[in-house]
Amino acid sequence: MEIDLTKLPPGHRGVIVRVEGGVGFIKKLEYMGIRQGKIVRKISSHFLRGPQTVRVDNFDVAIGFGMARKIFVKEV
Amino acid sequence: MTKTKRILLIGNPNVGKSTIFSRLTGAKVIVSNYPGTTVEYYQGYFKLEDKEAIIIDAPGIYNLEPSSKAEEVAKELIDGADIIVNVMDATNLERNLYLTLQLLETNKPIVVVLNIWDETKHKGIEIDCQKMEEILKVPVVATSGISGEGIRKLAFRIWEAKTSSFVAEDKWKSIGFILQNVQKLYHKHHTLLEILGEVSIRPLTGFFIAAVVIFISFTLVRFIGENLISYIFDPFFNKVWLPLLVKIDSLLKGGGILHSILIGHLIGGEVDFVQSFGLLSTGLYVPLAMVLPYIIGFYLVLGFWEDFGYLPRLAVLMDNFMHRLGLHGYSIFPFILGLGCNVPGAMATRLLASRREKFITATLMAIAVPCMAQIAMIVGLLGKRGGQYVFLVFFILLLIFIIKGLILNKLMPGHSPEILMEVPPYRLPRWDVTLKKLWMRMSGFLKEALPLVLLGVIAVNLLYSLGIIKAIASLLSPFLVKIWGLPKESVAALIIGFLRKDVAVGMLGPLGLTTKQLIVGSVILAIYFPCIATFVVLTKELGWRDMLKSVIIMIFVTFSVGALLNLIL
Repeated sequence: MEIDLTKLPPGHRGVIVRVEGGVGFIKKLEYMGIRQGKIVRKISSHFLRGPQTVRVDNFDVAIGFGMARKIFVKEV
Repeated sequence: MTKTKRILLIGNPNVGKSTIFSRLTGAKVIVSNYPGTTVEYYQGYFKLEDKEAIIIDAPGIYNLEPSSKAEEVAKELIDGADIIVNVMDATNLERNLYLTLQLLETNKPIVVVLNIWDETKHKGIEIDCQKMEEILKVPVVATSGISGEGIRKLAFRIWEAKTSSFVAEDKWKSIGFILQNVQKLYHKHHTLLEILGEVSIRPLTGFFIAAVVIFISFTLVRFIGENLISYIFDPFFNKVWLPLLVKIDSLLKGGGILHSILIGHLIGGEVDFVQSFGLLSTGLYVPLAMVLPYIIGFYLVLGFWEDFGYLPRLAVLMDNFMHRLGLHGYSIFPFILGLGCNVPGAMATRLLASRREKFITATLMAIAVPCMAQIAMIVGLLGKRGGQYVFLVFFILLLIFIIKGLILNKLMPGHSPEILMEVPPYRLPRWDVTLKKLWMRMSGFLKEALPLVLLGVIAVNLLYSLGIIKAIASLLSPFLVKIWGLPKESVAALIIGFLRKDVAVGMLGPLGLTTKQLIVGSVILAIYFPCIATFVVLTKELGWRDMLKSVIIMIFVTFSVGALLNLIL
């Protein structure tokens, strides 16, 4: 099942299936190493629609709630 | 004669470019374990045997398509470079390779550096440098900038830089191919630092850790500052310097201009370091014995957290709250740096993407974030009346900060962009690196602040003896006395506050103020206007239009807060 990144529970892993939004946004994430096919592990989710932190490869990244909602993953 | 070669260090944010830069050049630059420490580029000289070159340290970028200020700067630097040193984070090859492939396309001679090499072992990564060199067709050197491993080799191999004939039609596919051939991954259990890193970025544990970190930091700064004062600086000034001043005083007996400028006026027939206001008395005592000890404490503690990598986590934790004030998690960097000195704080606003965030951050910092020099003086003066009053001043400033943020967020059009920030791993700081940074910041303070303090002291004496302060005081006194409840002599402090805030707070000392007046005075001096150095930098960062707006807000806030405090306290 496809869910957006904010719905992935902390500690769980998912594979990125698609990223919605403008080309600029998609590219920006891509350059940071967040793109289709990558496996991410959710580290934390801050309350009140706060940032979501995930681990990709060997780095951690904090992503704003609105952005995270545009990243869709399949839990693995 | 050939032109001196220009060597450019370039790579993703937080891969250790500045560390390599300072290793190669011996130049002193501030390095920290968080992305964006280098906002401007640095330039230094590098000499190896008979070869000489200019080395440039560029801000970190993820790609060459100019979408931010940093990328535009980097692009220009690439055009002017003769040799490109592409610094990579060896623990994150995949992402770093994208920029590398773009750099190969520029047809400039390139050397690839696999930095942070020492950490690959802990992370279960094995990289075959030889193989990578064969594929990319440029020299590849493994280094660890922090320990210095591999730097010598790099210094020699820089001259072997060459243009690559490697062609990447589809960059991600090529990256996949390269990784398959050069990198092997093993499963590794989490290290203690990694676990700590995750725990401190989860909401519940994170806020608890943040509270502990902040508490420890304040306690440490106070501990270091107070002990330096009572065991080193005060004994020195009282036992060594004072007898000297007394001698000079007796030589100049009879007063005169020289006496009042060097020693100042005697309080009860004796030299008083805080109240005399001479160049050699107060002019040296305030910056060296009252402010410097806290500066040392603050920058030592800050340097540790910077190198450890804690600050970005605090930025993530605070992001939500900051957005309510029209800010952004990143804004904590200017605020925290501003607590040391507002000047680097103002420069750090460059990290912020939009004009709106920059404006709000800068205005809030200039108004409600007192610098360490000012804090030290407030603690020194008001602390004698009781710690609770010092606390009250900071509480008032915090309230102003929040209320003003809420208002500006409502009034200004637009909203702050969301956070998207890499959170670096924790790294155990090396004491030599952290101490070197402390030394740089300390000598920076002495070089920039000391002349201004001395100038301030001279100015005070001149303005007093020329009767200018008296004239302005009687002009503003109805206003000062009625609305703020301060004596008219305090106008002198307001004037000097343009120059240095610490001297200004010090000037409240001899006025014999009540505790309430001292609180009102301290708050007003903190918020009414930034010191001249901060003002110059802020104007450069914001442009004069936004700066003018910011100043109007400051004046308005100062009037109303001063009046309000006078009414309710």
